[in-house]
Amino acid sequence: MMLPNADFEYVRKLVRDRSAIVLDDGKTYLVESRLGPILQREGFASLTELVAALRSAPYHDLHRRVVEALTTNETSFFRDMPTFDALNLHVFPDLIQRRSVDRQINLWCAASSSGQEPYSIAMILRENFPILSTWVVRHIASDLNMDVLSKAKDGVFSQLEVNRGLPAPLLVKYFKKRGVDWQISDDIRRMIHFSHVNLAADWPQFPPMDVVFMRNVLIYFDVATKRSILGKIRRILRPGGYLVLGSAETTLNIDDKFERVAFPRVPFYRVKKT
Amino acid sequence: MRAIVIDDSEAIRRILRNMMTAIGFEVIEAKNGRDALDRLATIGCVDVALVDWNMPDLNGYEFVVAVRADPTLNGMRLMMVTSETELQSVAAALNAGADEYVMKPFTKDVILEKLALLGIGQS
Ligand SMILES: C[S@@+](CC[C@H](N)C(=O)[O-])C[C@H]1O[C@@H](n2cnc3c(N)ncnc32)[C@H](O)[C@@H]1O
Ligand SMILES: [Mg+2]
Repeated sequence: MMLPNADFEYVRKLVRDRSAIVLDDGKTYLVESRLGPILQREGFASLTELVAALRSAPYHDLHRRVVEALTTNETSFFRDMPTFDALNLHVFPDLIQRRSVDRQINLWCAASSSGQEPYSIAMILRENFPILSTWVVRHIASDLNMDVLSKAKDGVFSQLEVNRGLPAPLLVKYFKKRGVDWQISDDIRRMIHFSHVNLAADWPQFPPMDVVFMRNVLIYFDVATKRSILGKIRRILRPGGYLVLGSAETTLNIDDKFERVAFPRVPFYRVKKT
Repeated sequence: MRAIVIDDSEAIRRILRNMMTAIGFEVIEAKNGRDALDRLATIGCVDVALVDWNMPDLNGYEFVVAVRADPTLNGMRLMMVTSETELQSVAAALNAGADEYVMKPFTKDVILEKLALLGIGQS
């Protein structure tokens, strides 16, 4: 399946406009492989035919699915263990101390993919911070991709997914087998509010956040978009609140109003005190 | 670091041996629980055992029980690697003293991540 350059440029612009995801020149192959399933399902004979259909109509469901097909949703339970160790050892104990007057904590997983990240956090809270069961903990998880978002809401994971990074004691404690898949318990599921948020568009009204998880998503955006998103995060973080990035990500040279928190080996940031 | 790979399938033993060797383990193989206990009696404790469930002679579950009852093998980490995928099986293995549980089929990443959960290997 060959993708003419004009069609690649069309898809690249569509994806850029709607998700801020940057497809580099060499990514023709990615577009071809990701859009293959849409061709099949919709009965288009070629990518050119699909792109022609996109061009001839205003933005609708087909465009949305093309954009979402170009998101990368790779994730796993407890991805980057040091990050979760730091939540356990430092962040949640710190928040429990600092928020003990109004007893409220707000968390946002801003690119939650199929849910492994917010569920890992929820299991940590349930396991290690029983005191929070009497607090108001608002835990919002969001993504652009409707398919992964709905999978996250269902809380159903394949055997391969629960094999990856999930400690077996937590599997036993919080999951039930459902056919060949594994369903997370309603108790954990109800701790999280899932919603559709496009990081590159206007954000809904969020409560002041104690922790924003923005892991492994900024890498897909250009510097201007990263800068604008980090600026918006600063405005919704509560004073002393944490920004958590992916293990290879940084605010350095993008937004110098953030500073790295001095926990060893983890990409946690806070807004500098002025 | 030393690991013992216990499986009645030679093919699976070879796959696990290759993965573990690549991670930096010295690997010993055993073809069932009995064979494994015999080898451990000679060479002493290893860091981790990767344990199949269904094997003739002494199966993986019985092996775990035997290891946990043997003070000379104290501290050895036990990771089931098995095609038993029911919740009750996972729960039973953990209750008997297994530390982790991998359901076949697995990838190298799965093994690496599970070892990291046990605090062994590189993470
Ligand atoms: C690689 S996953 C990261 C998942 C998880 N945070 C983790 O670190 O394991 C990236 C996610 O970002 C989402 N994403 C990409 N562009 C987005 C946008 N503009 N708004 C919201 N989510 C977006 C994708 O749909 C995908 O699920
Ligand atoms: Mg077997």
